[in-house]
Amino acid sequence: MLRLKNINTYYGKVHALKNVSLHLAEGEIVTLIGANGAGKTTVLNSISGITPPSAGDLLFLKETIKNLSPDRIVKLGISQVPEGRQVFKPMTVDENLELGAYLRYKARAPRLEIDKDKEEIFQLFPRLEERRKQAAGTMSGGEQQMLAIGRAMMARPKLLLLDEPSMGLAPLVVQEIFRVLQRLRDERGVTILLVEQNAKAALKLADRGYVLETGKVILEGKADELLENSEVKRAYLGKDKKEIWER
Amino acid sequence: MELSEQLLQYLLSGLSTGAIYALIGIGFSIIYNSTGIINFAQGEFVMLGGMLTLFLLETLELPLWAAIPLAVLLATITGLLFERLAIRPLRKATPISLVIITIGGSILIRGLAMLIWDKDTHAIPSFSGDEPIMLGGATVLPQHIWIIVITIILISLNKWFFNHTISGKAMRACSYNPRAAGLVGVDVRKMVLLSFMISSAMGSLAGIIVAPLTMTSYDVGIMLGLKGFCAAIIGGMSSGIPTVIGGLILGILESLGAGLISSGYKDAIAFIILLLILFIRPQGLFGKPESERV
Repeated sequence: MLRLKNINTYYGKVHALKNVSLHLAEGEIVTLIGANGAGKTTVLNSISGITPPSAGDLLFLKETIKNLSPDRIVKLGISQVPEGRQVFKPMTVDENLELGAYLRYKARAPRLEIDKDKEEIFQLFPRLEERRKQAAGTMSGGEQQMLAIGRAMMARPKLLLLDEPSMGLAPLVVQEIFRVLQRLRDERGVTILLVEQNAKAALKLADRGYVLETGKVILEGKADELLENSEVKRAYLGKDKKEIWER
Repeated sequence: MELSEQLLQYLLSGLSTGAIYALIGIGFSIIYNSTGIINFAQGEFVMLGGMLTLFLLETLELPLWAAIPLAVLLATITGLLFERLAIRPLRKATPISLVIITIGGSILIRGLAMLIWDKDTHAIPSFSGDEPIMLGGATVLPQHIWIIVITIILISLNKWFFNHTISGKAMRACSYNPRAAGLVGVDVRKMVLLSFMISSAMGSLAGIIVAPLTMTSYDVGIMLGLKGFCAAIIGGMSSGIPTVIGGLILGILESLGAGLISSGYKDAIAFIILLLILFIRPQGLFGKPESERV
């Protein structure tokens, strides 16, 4: 469905991504793990067209999306849930969700259809419905994360990109959100690319994973294999430290 | 005239000038909220409204009902060109350099207006005569009523647009979080352009409705622009009711000051208020200091 071929992205003079290649098949949940500054967010922003790659190619549904603007990419069916939620804080939950469907309003999609999608988001996250008239910025971090996911889903994406949805959230809330991600894939066939620092939770949810280090993919494989991989365990899961220390 | 009648008179004329300041102030706020820059060329669109109407009335001999919308249209196109030619090519510039560019733009527009027309002060006929209306001991001109009514309509339209249409909501979203707005597919640059168009349309209309009372010339934009800026500062750069109230406060204080103290201090009052607000409550009269939950 999505294929990155030898992507190179620069932030000014910083070479943030070096020949990154990865792919997602339809209906897959794939996670991208790595430490701070490894380039995980840059991968997502390269796909979304915010920091377009300077070399390499990006294919979505077999067509190149390399030089498209962010709004064109959303229109094609790729939505991003950005790091730190980035909801429109002074606006209500309802308004945030409506803005998620901005391009559909602009394409004159029937209002009823959009309203129905909103109700479906409320079914996924009942807590949002209770707060639909409340300013988004007054909600808890977990609720804001749910809203950010709901907003992205309002565009009816085929591919959902998530940037550290677990950041700063209590483990129970993380579980709740990851369960919804699982449902989105199982019930609606949404393909998911999940960027996480919480490697353990992400690998448990995902089918496959990639490990990114200083702008390069250093490992890839099935999620359960990566969970058992000693290198991953040492660097990202915090296990086996003692053995390595004493070696 | 008794003092109470005098006060009513000052209040009424203050309200109508205040309404003008409010319209100009909202223009400042709309652009500020979508770009983070103070557009000091805002006053020139006010001037263009008056001068273009005059030109269409006298040189092209159009009737008033045709001249007004055409003048607003031409001023809006000027606003569009201003954004395209002066602001957009420099989108990577810092807000402070963009602010300086708007000052340059305002000098350019003013200079062109002086060259195209002249340096004289001109009168524009009132929309419906100059027969004063008695109102509880005070007199108002029909033009005052036009000003109040048109301002109320414009402000309501503005509020409806920003709160009830998807484009208006998208513009607000851009001002709160341009990155996230881009991620839901809003073309942020288009919204910036739209904000310049709305502001220049509102500014020019303000210039048109006030011109029959205050006359117009190539340089009326400086003072009116600064007064509008002052209204926006009192309102905490809100593009809604706080700025309207800011404009009205300013208009009434000015008119009271001019009437009770001396008309020579009329302009000073606006700038004293501006400085006081900036020193004491930079977030505006009604704003809360910023705080947010993460």
